[in-house]
Parts: sequence; C-alpha cells; structure tokens
Amino acid sequence: MTTPLVELRDISIAFGGVQAVDRVTVDLYPGEVVGLLGHNGAGKSTLIKCLSGAYQADSGEIFVDGKKVTINNPRDARAHNIETIYQTLALADNLDAASNLFLGRELTTPLGFVNEAAMEAETRKIMARLNPNFKKFSDPVSALSGGQRQSVAIARAVYFNARILIMDEPTAALGPQETQMVAELIHELKRQGLGIFLIDHDVHQVKTLCDRASVMKNGQLVGTVKVDEVTEDDILGMIILGKQPEKAA
Amino acid sequence: MSDTASASGTQPRRRKLFDMLELDTRFLGMIGAFVLLCIVFNIFTDGRFLTARNIFNLTIQTVSVAIMATGMVFVIVTRHIDLSVGAVLAVSSAVMAVTQTVFLPHYLGLGLEHPLIAPLTMLVGLGVGTIIGAFNGWLIGYQGIPAFIVTLGGFLVWRNAGWYMTSGQTIAPLDSTFLLFGGAEGTLGTTASWIIGLLAAVAAIYGIWNARRSKVAHDFPVKPVWAEVAIGAIAVGAILGFIATLNAYLIPSGKLRRIFEARGEVVPEGYSQGHGLPISVLILIVVAVVMTVVARKTRLGKYIFATGGNPDAAELSGINTRFLTVKVFALMGFLAGLSAIVAQARLQAHSNDIGTLDELRVIAAAVIGGTALSGGIGTIYGAILGALIMQSLQSGMGMVGVDTPFQNIVVGGVLVLAVWIDIQYRKRTGG
Repeated sequence: MTTPLVELRDISIAFGGVQAVDRVTVDLYPGEVVGLLGHNGAGKSTLIKCLSGAYQADSGEIFVDGKKVTINNPRDARAHNIETIYQTLALADNLDAASNLFLGRELTTPLGFVNEAAMEAETRKIMARLNPNFKKFSDPVSALSGGQRQSVAIARAVYFNARILIMDEPTAALGPQETQMVAELIHELKRQGLGIFLIDHDVHQVKTLCDRASVMKNGQLVGTVKVDEVTEDDILGMIILGKQPEKAA
Repeated sequence: MSDTASASGTQPRRRKLFDMLELDTRFLGMIGAFVLLCIVFNIFTDGRFLTARNIFNLTIQTVSVAIMATGMVFVIVTRHIDLSVGAVLAVSSAVMAVTQTVFLPHYLGLGLEHPLIAPLTMLVGLGVGTIIGAFNGWLIGYQGIPAFIVTLGGFLVWRNAGWYMTSGQTIAPLDSTFLLFGGAEGTLGTTASWIIGLLAAVAAIYGIWNARRSKVAHDFPVKPVWAEVAIGAIAVGAILGFIATLNAYLIPSGKLRRIFEARGEVVPEGYSQGHGLPISVLILIVVAVVMTVVARKTRLGKYIFATGGNPDAAELSGINTRFLTVKVFALMGFLAGLSAIVAQARLQAHSNDIGTLDELRVIAAAVIGGTALSGGIGTIYGAILGALIMQSLQSGMGMVGVDTPFQNIVVGGVLVLAVWIDIQYRKRTGG
C-alpha cells in the first residue's frame, strides 16, 4: 500500500490550557479499519472531530489521498467524502428518518423545493438493505428505538458514498443483536474499500473488527499496533499504563 | 382528550382511524375551542358576535398580529425569542409616516398623493424592519448574545428611536393609497373576492390531489378516497363560506354615498355593495401560504426545524446555523415591517403607542397555536388560529361588556391554561 487514504499528522488542539490532543499522528488505508482506543478524556473523540470538521486543530496537517486539505467545518469534511457517525448520533429528534438522512443535502425538485416523496423513497431503499425491520418512516426519530436510531445515523453516513467513515462508539447503546448488525455492516463496508476509524472502549470488539489499533493516553499517542500481532492484554496495557507491547515492531 | 382515553373499548380502532386520516388532533382541538368560544360569545351578545360585520372586523383586527405570529413560529422553533417585534413595528411605522408625509412629498418633491408615495413608503418600511431583524440576528448568531437580551434591548431602543424621529407626535393624514392596506378602506369588492375564493378552492383541491398522486407514485400508504373527498369538501366550504360572509357585510350607506360623491355620481335607489375580501386579509393569506411552503417544502424550513430539534446535529450536518439565525430574524423583521403597514393603515395614523404589547400578543398567538418554546415544533396555521382566538377573546369580552382589567386577566389566564393543556396533550400522545 502506497498512499494512505487519510493521514492526520502532528495534530494538536488545546482547550483553555488543557492539551486535549498533543502532536498525534494516525493514518488509514482503503479497506482498513483502524480502532482508536483510550480512556475517557484520552483525546480520541477530540482528535477525530478535527477530521470531521467539528473542531479545528491548533496545529498539524490533514492529508487525503496524499494531498493536504483544510477542513474548517463539517461541510468541508463531507466534500472530501468523510462521513461521521457520532456517539450522540446527531439526529434531529423532531424530524422523520428521511429528513434526518438527507439533513443538509436534501433532494430537491426542479423548482428548488424539497422533494419529500423522493427522499422517503430513497430512505426506504437504503433501510431495506441496512435494517429490513425498519418500518417507522413517517414518525419523528424520537419515537424510534436505540437500534433504529442507530440505523438512521448509519444510513446517513453510508448513503452519500463515503470513502472515509468515522464511527464514534457505534455500539455503545445497542443490544447484542444490533451490535452484530453493525459488525456485519463494518465488514461489508470494508469489502467495498472504505476506510473506517472506529472509536471504541471494548478491546475484544476492536480485536475482532479492526486491522490496526491506535491507542491514546492523556492526549498523546501511545502507539499503533496490528491487532493480530498483539494480545488483548497488550492493548489493555497500552490503554491503562501507556506502555508499548514488547514484541511490537 | 380525556374522553378518548377512557373509552378503552373503541380506542384502538379510533386511534387507527385517526392515524390513517393523518389529522392533526391538536389543531382539531383548537378549532373546537374556537368554535365553542364563538358560540358562547354569540349567545351572550344576543347574536351580535357572529354577524358578518363583526366577523369582518375581527378578521381585520387579527391581521397585524397574525402576520408577525407566523414569523415568531420560526423564531421560537429555532429556540430563540423576539421581544422587540412591537418596537420594530413602531419604528418601521414611524419611518413610513415620516417618509410619506415629509420626506417623499417635500424633500424629493413628489408632492402629496403622488402615485409613487405608497409603494416607496412600503419598500422603506419593509427595508427598515428587515435590516433591524438581520442586525438582531447577527448579534444573536455571530456574537452569541442571547436572543432574550438582544430583543429586550431592542424593545427599548427601537420604540424610542421611533419616538425621537417623530418627536412623539401622532402623524396623520396619510397617503390615501397607503390607507387601502388597512382593512375596511381597501376591500376587493364582491366579484373579485368570489374569483379569489374560487381560485383558492381549486388550489386546495389540486393540493390534496397532487399530494395523493405523489404518494401513489411512490407506493406509500394513502388515505381512503372518501376521507380525501371529505377533507376537500370541508376546505372548499370553509373558503367559500368565509368569502360569502365578507361579501355579506354591506358598506354603510353614508360611506357609499361619499364614495359615489367622490366620483361625482349619486347612489342609485336601493343600491347596496358588499365589502368583500380586505386587501390586508389577502396579504395575511399570502403570508400564511408562503410561510407554510417555506416551513415544509424548502431547505430553509427544514434547517429551521432541524436546528430547533437538535442544534448540534444541525451544525454537524453542515448547516450554517449562525447565518440561519440571521435569516430567521431578518424574516421576522420583514414581517414586523409588513405588519406596520397594515397596522398604520388601519389606524389611519402613526402614533407613539402603535404596536404596544404586540410582542406579547404575537408570542402568545404562536404558543397557543402549538409552538413549543423548547424548540423544533410549531405550525404556521396554528399560530394564525392562535392569533384569531386571542383577538376573538378580547373583542368578544369587550362586546359582552367585561371590564378591561378582567379582559386582560382572562387573556393572561387563557395563555397559561392553553400551554398547560398542550403539555398534558403531549404527555398522553408522546408527541
């Protein structure tokens, strides 16, 4: 593999004197899942928000396909086919699934009006693929279960031909069956050649889903390892003690 | 509401029927309350409340607050508030009064009653409202000052700016073309009113048919045909009934005589003429339609409701919520300017206290109409009905002979009661 799909190089960001992310470098190749691990407050969500456009890094550079890019807001990120599924899901609870899926990118009629019918039809199509049990198309998403809400958030990310997908604890609020559904989806997207950053707490899940894992502690990168070459205990050691596994290259 | 909950046997079937008809039960409740109110006042006034004349007057009295209430829906839906609308109305009115009586006739030398005076004056008034609104929106969206504070400040600033501009004087007489926009002075007459009524009826039927066609095209569930026909019939009946009522209110003979005298003619024996649709009401209808289309069919509307539902989600979806705030407040300011035209023309003068307490009436109309102060929820038609209920309550009590302090006490109580009922309703329906 030559050029990474995306590379975050020497990213730093501070909030009121707290160095939330301190010169961290991570990268991601096509068809690869990279886990981001660390305690609460280790800086993984903050790091990834620099890529999704929610925050602007104080210093550091972002490369997409080897080209330096500037991401000042979520619109810029979307323009580079970077899609994010936030931990909070970032859904407007008062709107229905279709309105949420197309939020900020509504389909319009030739006269420039929002084409509700076409949006609902597209939503039905993608939902039939992602979550065939999903039926509540006209209800506001506040009326949906956790898993259904999650599938709306996922549908929004994958519908627009994302190349780089950021998933912030996608299974935190889900039951076992829905977690399995997300796992299968990740494999499927991987096969399609997407690059996925997966933020997670569950070391076991990272071992099964990810190709590599980057561990952060106190805003700094402890290290990046290939998950096949280390044990779960090695990764736990990186998270808790911040020490490199001995046999890692 | 408690009836449907207790009738457990028929409830599931009835609930299903209501779901299928996609009726806004909350709005139906409001209409029920409004009808009840009218009937009660009609009984207590010995039938004077539901006369063509009183309905005509009620309608034109409601227009100014109703126009602003549609804008307030957007403001409240985006989780803001605008306490300055009455003051913005006042300053727009002051600017327009000075423009049409001093600036245009004397400084620009158009002379009084020049045909350009009315349109130019209105443009100026709408411009003033829009600019002040946009400025408020900029302070709120880009500078992060809470809307409550910005508009509370604006409440004092703008009314008194108007006061200073006119030195506190009442300004009259106004341009006669301008006065046509106030209500009783400018009506379309019976024939034109019928034409507009029929066009509206056709539009309503087309709207229902088109929505159904679009759903069928995408294989979505549709209402039964009889329900569509019934809804269409009710809509057409309401539109034509309203026009018939406005047409039935005859122009008083004294005024008719003056109109004919102005043309150098004499009123023929036994001649009578109905008012028809006032221009100001037509403006309100256009505003209502446009605002409803904006709310439901445009990206702007989608973004307004999305931002109200979850501001973070809207921001993360790439919506420029700061600029959106500017747009929403500029629109509110524009509508306050429009209301200033109607209010000033109806009162046939600019006075210092024009629009006093309008901010509270407008907010109350929006809230009674089902706009949630927590954001994300509200309808245009609800706000207009809210304004109509407020105005009916006020003028009905006046006709019955309730003392002014009690009128205000009742209106205040109704506002709180309406919100309480709304909270109970939402609890039960989970909406």
